[in-house]
Amino acid sequence: MKRDYQKGWFFVLPVLILVAFNALVPMMTVVNYSVQETFGDNIFFWQGLDWFEQLLRSDRFHAALGRQFLFTGMILAIEVPLGIIIALSMPRQGPWVPVCLVLMALPMLIPWNVVGAMWNIFTLPDIGLLGYLMNHTLGIPYDMTQNPTAAWITIITMDVWHWTSLVVLLAYAGLVSIPDAYYQAAKIDGASGWSVFRYIQLPKMKTVLTIAILLRFMDSFNIYTEPFVLTGGGPGNSTTLLSIDLVKIALGQFDLGPAAAMSLIYFAITLLVSWVFYTLMTKDDAK
Amino acid sequence: MKKRSLIPILYILFLMLPIYWLIAMSFKTTNEILSGFSLFPQTFTTENYKTIFTDPTWYWGYINSIFYVSLNTVISITVALPAAYAFSRFRFLGDKQLFFWLLTNRMAPAAVFALPFFQLYSAVGLFDTHIAVALAHCLFNIPLAVWILEGFMSGIPKELDETAYVDGYSFPRFFTKIFLPNISAGVGVAAFFCFMFSWVELLLAKTLTAVAAKPIAATMTKTASSAGYELGLLAAAGTLTIIPGAIVIYFVRNYIARGFALGRV
Repeated sequence: MKRDYQKGWFFVLPVLILVAFNALVPMMTVVNYSVQETFGDNIFFWQGLDWFEQLLRSDRFHAALGRQFLFTGMILAIEVPLGIIIALSMPRQGPWVPVCLVLMALPMLIPWNVVGAMWNIFTLPDIGLLGYLMNHTLGIPYDMTQNPTAAWITIITMDVWHWTSLVVLLAYAGLVSIPDAYYQAAKIDGASGWSVFRYIQLPKMKTVLTIAILLRFMDSFNIYTEPFVLTGGGPGNSTTLLSIDLVKIALGQFDLGPAAAMSLIYFAITLLVSWVFYTLMTKDDAK
Repeated sequence: MKKRSLIPILYILFLMLPIYWLIAMSFKTTNEILSGFSLFPQTFTTENYKTIFTDPTWYWGYINSIFYVSLNTVISITVALPAAYAFSRFRFLGDKQLFFWLLTNRMAPAAVFALPFFQLYSAVGLFDTHIAVALAHCLFNIPLAVWILEGFMSGIPKELDETAYVDGYSFPRFFTKIFLPNISAGVGVAAFFCFMFSWVELLLAKTLTAVAAKPIAATMTKTASSAGYELGLLAAAGTLTIIPGAIVIYFVRNYIARGFALGRV
């Protein structure tokens, strides 16, 4: 049992100050922009909630939001099952375990713009390894700067390459924590491979998988640098995800008001979905 | 060899292919890259790497990046330690809400905050300094560090604290002499994650710097756009950015599985 101790606040004070400085001031700036119109020269006009209204009706925003949900949904649908399968087939002990873990974690430690640049070099139609294989060896026309489908396949593959290891490592951490006795008991009962997975391994992985899904949701929903470097949102607008569109509006067109309103709606959606996950997660902890 | 070990092997192969291609490109001459496809470098050259190690705008990029990343890791861990202790041991007014609020900062899209961050750090006169980037990265690294450390600390029985008090240890002495050694794996893992997320982030780092503290990633984007399209040089620079991460991950390799579970398993 934890003990009541109001002085606990002093322990968290440094964290509070640092994070609040970074979070609250920029957040208030964004809120401030979102209700005003500016024509430059630091002159602002009160705009009320007009930007929000306009945005919620705008087709461009709906399209970007739709693409964002499609992207996040697809990568979750691929990365989570794939990650579980790989974690299940990894050795539990032995000299190969650290080798596997280090190699698998490597993509996550590469700066995001390098990931984008790397996949760009990798998929160039005539001189990239993948592009050359597709076009010249397999004879499948593949050019992600021309074809929206190819661009989508490329950004999804890139994200699977970049982040599946996170799911693998989390699921693996859940698996190695299962005592051998559980497996022995299952063997005596004559349990099939599927029921071992369904009744022993999956329940044990539940917490870590929730963390994995939560982290993957938050990060993929906020993704910016990798697809921006890889496709720049193109061809056309086909891979313009929410963040890319936002930066286009804020820094490209310098429409600070609409961009700020968009940021807030964007943040609210992320927050809402994450809150649902978080409540589910802590509910399990309490049991 | 068992059949099921085929899956991890295939997966690792898939992970290594783009990395191999990047490294192969970095040893090719620009001529060879543009003239056509070759699986291995035909005319092996280290020219690209020589350019990076002799041109100050290039190698200072690395020094800047490593400097602010280390600074950020130290700050994040130092302030996260007491906070994580409070969250794992005490109940106080608003503790759960505070913990969730901290986590929400990991959800804020960096693209949203780029411009306000620039204004904030210009206003306090920290623009284009290493400390600015280190402080800005605290936004998402401190919540993560608190989360990981809290998990590890909750795995230590509270009897340890109580016994130490009975034995007459003061809190600071107990914390540094007894408690910290017990969660050293957790500190290592948290530091690894802080290093990793600060190292890979580019948008804020680029926004908050101009010349003096410019990260390597920004130098790369500038080269990609200005000096034509020097793929070999870009590939060499990219290859070098993988090395620090690889070194750091090697040190925590035995804790990494547990660390990814944030100490909760």
